[in-house]
Amino acid sequence: MATVSSDLLYQDEIDGGKHWSLTLRRRTILRLIDREGGANVGMLFYNPANLLERYNAPDTLKCQHTFKLTAGHCLYSDMGRVFCSIVEDTAGWHDTVCGNSTKSLVAERWGRRSYQEYRNDWTQNGHDSFLVEAAKYGLGRRDLAANVNWFSKVRTERDGTLAFDPEAGRAGVHVDLRFDMDTLVLFHTCPHPMNPAAEYPRKPVSYELYRGDPAAEDDPCRTSRPENGRGFANNHLYHLCG
Amino acid sequence: MTKQSSLSLETAVYRKTVPAGDYWIHVVKAGQIFRIVDLEGNQAADTLFYNAADPAERYSAVDTIREQRNVYLGVGTRLMSTAGNPMLEIVADTVGRHDTLGGACSTESNTVRYALEKKCMHACRDSYLLAVAEHEEFGLTKRDITHNINFFMNVPVTPEGGLTFADGLSGPGQYVEMRACMDVIVLISNCPQLNNPCNAYDPTPIEVVVWDAAA
Ligand SMILES: [Zn+2]
Repeated sequence: MATVSSDLLYQDEIDGGKHWSLTLRRRTILRLIDREGGANVGMLFYNPANLLERYNAPDTLKCQHTFKLTAGHCLYSDMGRVFCSIVEDTAGWHDTVCGNSTKSLVAERWGRRSYQEYRNDWTQNGHDSFLVEAAKYGLGRRDLAANVNWFSKVRTERDGTLAFDPEAGRAGVHVDLRFDMDTLVLFHTCPHPMNPAAEYPRKPVSYELYRGDPAAEDDPCRTSRPENGRGFANNHLYHLCG
Repeated sequence: MTKQSSLSLETAVYRKTVPAGDYWIHVVKAGQIFRIVDLEGNQAADTLFYNAADPAERYSAVDTIREQRNVYLGVGTRLMSTAGNPMLEIVADTVGRHDTLGGACSTESNTVRYALEKKCMHACRDSYLLAVAEHEEFGLTKRDITHNINFFMNVPVTPEGGLTFADGLSGPGQYVEMRACMDVIVLISNCPQLNNPCNAYDPTPIEVVVWDAAA
């Protein structure tokens, strides 16, 4: 899928264990790159024009009859609209049901590293990272919901048991998100809460912004399921009125 | 796994039937036992829990899934809060499996899942929004309507990463019972969904029952 044109607008890198946020305009493509393998990018999405509209993982999964996220999938808001669609993915499986690492989880698994002693190599956690980024937009504890964990693969056994796959993270893989609405994106590079690594995994992530085209009538994300055709129809109505 | 309760309805301190398509909001105290009965079978009870002392702390589907390392809920599952605290523990269950992946239906998700023309069909999130609007004393708003439990609903996940909606495992008179670990606000939408087998296309009433700690 040649969705990314040569129209690179911006590139940046975020070290492991950090957090940041961006407001992305419709038609922007965000490429996330796992530089060394084993990265995790926790991500939440809000409508900047109505912060009460936010990413809804259950709707995303059940609308597309999927437990994992990969190319061809759309990420839905609770209002039946598509924030963004996964136009390219070389990783193959991303998690959206395991939530975040927390302060106590990080301390139990990897020990406590104070800021005074370690400065920017302290051990931050996903939950607090989201709280910090959310607060920049007037959001708080009540506004956090199930997030995406890009580059993390968690499968289930027949009996529902979860298994984190530490082999899944490969260096150089990327995922491209085409934004189909203006979207506030909160993200962190803290470890996946089920990562069994012995040391706090501090994995850098690159991201690039491209100018993209709107989803055409035969766009693979729009046509991958009849549900997604209707999701894009809801977007169309939203933009007609906005 | 299923497990019968030893409690008798005669010793209950509270009983109420919740009609199909209605909501129920109520505080269950720490130590009390709370039962939901699928009176006629194949009904879905879409349920949210909040810490009554601090409703910003609430049931978290993802923390519950991760902490018990399993996507299905059943006897022994501790229902975890967004702050990492157990809110309730499932102590009896005649069904064997409940869903917390599928979320609550909404008019908007109905347009995506079924057809754009389904947008005015009654949905669980309508019930939730009416509940919080009619009960301002709890201080809840739309931002508090988050990912819930679908008691009695069967949503199998495949090892390949698929998600399916199967016929319910429940039946008339089946129930699930849990002990509250803190004072919790319980908000149930008794799902009005007419488009999928979670209700066998026929929404029916549930009963909620509460016992005191000493029962
Ligand atoms: Zn429903």
